[in-house]
Amino acid sequence: MIAVENLRVAFGQGADAVLAVDGLSLAVEEGESFGLVGESGSGKSTVLRAVSGLNHDWTGRIAVAGAAQSRQRSKDFFKLCQMVFQDPYGSLHPRHSVDRILAEPIAIHGLGDADRRIDRVLREVGLGPAFRFRYPHQLSGGQRQRVAIARALVLEPRVLLLDEPTSALDVSVQAEILNLLRRLRAEHGLTLVLVSHNLAVVANLCDRLAVMNRGRLVEEMTVDELRQGAARQPYTRQLLRASQGYDRAAAEGFRDFA
Amino acid sequence: MDGTEPLLEVANLRVSFPTRNGVTEAVRGVSFTLGREKLGIVGESGSGKSVTGRSILRLVPAPGVVTADRLAFRGEDLLAASDRRLRAIRGRRIAMVMQDPKFSLNPVMTVGRQIAEAYRVHSGAGAAEAKRRALAMLEAVRIRDPERVYGRYPHEVSGGMGQRIMIAMMLIPEPDLLIADEPTSALDVTVQMQVLAILDDLCGQRGMGMVFVSHDLNLVASFCDRILIMYAGRVVESCRASELRNATHPYTRGLLDSLPRLDDPRAELPVLTRDPAWTKEDGAREGGA
Repeated sequence: MIAVENLRVAFGQGADAVLAVDGLSLAVEEGESFGLVGESGSGKSTVLRAVSGLNHDWTGRIAVAGAAQSRQRSKDFFKLCQMVFQDPYGSLHPRHSVDRILAEPIAIHGLGDADRRIDRVLREVGLGPAFRFRYPHQLSGGQRQRVAIARALVLEPRVLLLDEPTSALDVSVQAEILNLLRRLRAEHGLTLVLVSHNLAVVANLCDRLAVMNRGRLVEEMTVDELRQGAARQPYTRQLLRASQGYDRAAAEGFRDFA
Repeated sequence: MDGTEPLLEVANLRVSFPTRNGVTEAVRGVSFTLGREKLGIVGESGSGKSVTGRSILRLVPAPGVVTADRLAFRGEDLLAASDRRLRAIRGRRIAMVMQDPKFSLNPVMTVGRQIAEAYRVHSGAGAAEAKRRALAMLEAVRIRDPERVYGRYPHEVSGGMGQRIMIAMMLIPEPDLLIADEPTSALDVTVQMQVLAILDDLCGQRGMGMVFVSHDLNLVASFCDRILIMYAGRVVESCRASELRNATHPYTRGLLDSLPRLDDPRAELPVLTRDPAWTKEDGAREGGA
């Protein structure tokens, strides 16, 4: 469903140029849920933004649903592929009601029948019609993230790109959103790409994952391998160790991987 | 100090904020005593954990009202202390590390000067001595090239380094008690472990007490000695950190269950159902200890 080959993304110019993604290749099958894991600055979000069309300056090859993508994306691309962002406090227009937030993509794509579509998508994300005429400030963080997911789903896309969708939420709300995403994926046969720094969250929602460090792909593995601790690369093993709680002795042995 | 006297005594702490729609009670009757140990305060957003940490230093902003039957640091009543006395305690005796170094460091002053200033204000030492101490402190928080970092501005250092600089600044007056409010939440996991190791060592070596406020149950369970779990402004359960897995309160259980885990392959996560009875003011459960 998604094929990325030799992707390079650089920010800045000349001597200040930073190579955020350095020759990355990966493939995500249709209906698969794929995790992209790394620490801050690893380039994981940049990969997602290049795939989604939010980042224009990249070289290499990106193909979604068999169609090679250029810098400019067509309207059809966005009908196919939608994104959910990390911070539900920043990604919803504060002065637009939920109804207006959800009606806009329908209008842009000329889908019609907005009333029925909005009603249905709000039920799907577990909010119901009572939330339709509320504003974002009247909603909790979890409810806002549900609206953001509804906004992505209202176009009935086949690919959902998720950039740390639960890291701004409390753990009890995180569980609700993860359950919702898993249900929606099964019901709609969605292809998911989940970017996260949290290995347990990725293991919960994904089948397969790639670990990134400093713009490069360190290793790809299945979630079963991750659960068994079968990481091959020292960087992945260190990440795995660090995510399992504080350990004085383990912290001593941590090092930087270039 | 003979080692038996508690560092901090808190009894029936209450913090309320008057709003247009009546009074909001952020903290409702929290009590605990702290020795030379690492005490974790865990809860979700809005549980009152940060306000509890701030009220110890009387840093709750107006119009918030803090009351307590007792709020004492090494026997001295903090609620009755004058502003002048509080200034002598803040930083020097009780220090506080906040979550985000971006908003806690002075952006127009080099980090070295900020750390040296913290030392000079509290010790009255000269500039050369302060610089020497600041460099030693930067080294203690594992900054590889202290001389170079000393002359940097906060925007020139990474998040992890900024947080270590904050910790250096807070620890240089050698406080007896450190209040750390999500000190590592903005950091990557590996850097987080390294920063915690620094705090751990300093607690061990100097016999410093620590209040560690966090939303991260696993982290607190592996790092602290004792845990208070807060919900809706109350401590619903307290236990030894090593006993967290055997917690009995349904809220604590619900929080633990809702965490996805690598060693647990179930897909559907149990969702926390909140019981209004948890917010009622009766005795907290004492589990494990």
